[in-house]
Amino acid sequence: MIGRTLGPRKQGLLLLLPSLVLTGIFVYGFVGTSFFFSLTNWRTLAVDLSLREPLWQTYADMLRMPRFQADLRNTFVFTVLFIGFSIGLGLTLAILLDRAIRGRGFFRSVFLFPYALSFIVTGVVWRWIFNPETGINLFFEILGINRVLTTVGIGPLAPGWTTDPSVVLSVNQALAAVIPGGNTFQVEWGVPVALIPVAIAATWQLSGFVMAMYLGGLSGIGQAVRDAARIDGASEFRLYRSIIIPMLWPITIATAIILLHVSLKIFDLVFAMSGVGPGFATDVPAIFVFEMMFKAARYNLGAAASMVMLVLSCLIIVPYLIRLVRKGE
Amino acid sequence: MAIAFGNSMNSTCAAPLWALIAFVVASCGAGSQNQSSESTVEVFSWWTSGSEAAALETVFSAYRRTFPETAVINASIAGGGGSAARPVLQTRLVGGNPPDTWQTHPGTEVLEQYVAPGFAAPLTDLYEEEGWFEVFPDALLNMVRAQGEPYLVILNLHRSNTLWYNKPLLQQHGIEIGTALTHEALFAIADDLQRQGVTPLCMGDSGIWATGIMFENTLVGVIGAERYLGLWDGSTQFTDADVRQAIATYARLLDYLNKDHAALSWDQAVDKLIQGSCAMYSMGDWVYGEFVQANLEDDVDFGWVAHPGSEGTYLLVSDGFTLARGAPNPKETREMLRIMGQRVVQEDFNLQKGAICARTDCDRTRFGPYLNWAMDTYASGVLVPTVIHGSAAPAAFQQALNDALTSFVVRRDENAFARTLAREAAMAGIGD
Repeated sequence: MIGRTLGPRKQGLLLLLPSLVLTGIFVYGFVGTSFFFSLTNWRTLAVDLSLREPLWQTYADMLRMPRFQADLRNTFVFTVLFIGFSIGLGLTLAILLDRAIRGRGFFRSVFLFPYALSFIVTGVVWRWIFNPETGINLFFEILGINRVLTTVGIGPLAPGWTTDPSVVLSVNQALAAVIPGGNTFQVEWGVPVALIPVAIAATWQLSGFVMAMYLGGLSGIGQAVRDAARIDGASEFRLYRSIIIPMLWPITIATAIILLHVSLKIFDLVFAMSGVGPGFATDVPAIFVFEMMFKAARYNLGAAASMVMLVLSCLIIVPYLIRLVRKGE
Repeated sequence: MAIAFGNSMNSTCAAPLWALIAFVVASCGAGSQNQSSESTVEVFSWWTSGSEAAALETVFSAYRRTFPETAVINASIAGGGGSAARPVLQTRLVGGNPPDTWQTHPGTEVLEQYVAPGFAAPLTDLYEEEGWFEVFPDALLNMVRAQGEPYLVILNLHRSNTLWYNKPLLQQHGIEIGTALTHEALFAIADDLQRQGVTPLCMGDSGIWATGIMFENTLVGVIGAERYLGLWDGSTQFTDADVRQAIATYARLLDYLNKDHAALSWDQAVDKLIQGSCAMYSMGDWVYGEFVQANLEDDVDFGWVAHPGSEGTYLLVSDGFTLARGAPNPKETREMLRIMGQRVVQEDFNLQKGAICARTDCDRTRFGPYLNWAMDTYASGVLVPTVIHGSAAPAAFQQALNDALTSFVVRRDENAFARTLAREAAMAGIGD
């Protein structure tokens, strides 16, 4: 009779043991293995597990690669754009739906629907939409916008979208002034224009999810709070700006964390939509890992890049988890 | 499924787990039994597009005529140059589950990636039985041999260094291209076309390898076959003056491309050439397959010339098949390879594929004017391996070159490009 002889604590431990063992092997064990691979000489199909001399050379090589520098830049820019767009749009939709009297259920489903699609589908569709030859650029022609612009003397509007290699708002010179040796960066630190359509596609897919999060939060804010504000003479705008949106702050944090790990790990959407992009304008670390591992057979380099991805995710997730645990206590 | 906690926890928890394990083991066992009950041969390739699949089918049907009992498993995965297939193959090889035979490129790719780690088995006896040592040229044999033993049966040959042009379009603008061209002459023509409002060069490099073909064509054209071969044994450096000049020439060519090149695939650029919205295209002769499909006539609707400076050189892109070491069906696989090397099969295959035979004794009258020209240049020219399609350098360098090109096409930093290539060549062990 195990239940009688073991205390509740031991019972609990026993209950957790299978998942602990499985997670231990398949998550932490393999994270450790990947880390080990990143320190070895394994750079062809033939397995070579001798340690590299000097030990961290693969990481040093990787950080010097212009492509990897561009990947880090893209991850940062994409994260900012994507989270900014998604939260902005999701919050707006939630507030509009919260105020709407008719058609609420219908529109909630409509906006949430893209979330149910796979990123690959989204990527392929938006690839066609942003194709400079056949996509939305045709609308500029059909709607006569280009004719108007040409007569005004500006010339037709024909953005390259995901094929545009330019990087705007470059901060290289500022960086060079601040960081010694900053002028040796081989990439332009700025916003790659080609990344904006990708962020738009990701926003399209996930803003419905953000909206659902906020709708949940809004339903938790009682009518009493709104009434009290209105009695105090707050305008509707003021009500949202000073009361409701600040009250939604915990939702915003939770949503941002969830979106962050989507954007740090993103692969399928970018891979289907634009690939590495012109001059690596839309390359991300996950594509780098895939190509180095499975095309170049540089297992150590791919493993090193995936370790960097893990560390980036941890930088975000770990403080959040610590906060949660503290709150729980 | 209800799991009761408490008294009998151990046994109840374990039961579904054991059932699962038993199921997995049973289904694996069943799978392997099915495979061994009748004879099969699994052929792994990335030939899925119209002409490619049709060409592959000619081999399979030749095989089925001889061995109707054996089931041919066509394990092909779409994606140009094997971009999607190779990751799958790599996983299967490292995981000890090889296909019987797989498509690969001669040269470094087969020898370093598959032969050196011991994934492929030698084919010397097959070559001797079939007399292939006599019908394949030595330069080609050297690209499939390690320690004197061949490891690959070559099925087709493409020529990479061809400059294609829309003949009516050029005539319309008063331009005639003879049998050879220099880069200076090409630039003069391009300037002339540009003045007349025609985009001189076509490109579709949404897959970066396409502009890589133009780069390696330019490289061979400027530094010559011997110096180009030297790049892969270390006697030529990427920072040498003549290579630098080739890079500068390539950069100049980039200025004449259609503006939307980054949005197009290589074959969409062929469509542009056919429609006449650009005039010339430096690309391998898989382009020819597109012309054939569009029912165009050799030397009337389109013309060709060796990429400037590369007359007398045949930049070789070709495919062959291996025999896996530890292949599940070695006997059937050897027969499949034997059929791939037969003269008639090679003729049938290449007529579909738009390429020429690896054998030198194919019946020339079955092929059109362009392919006959290609055969002449194959027979008389210096054969050099492609780097873009993996024959000249290891996969690591191939990827590094693609990456360097991705940056260079946008940034045009010739110094950084040359330095990166030199560094990556050293890291990949070229010339060691």
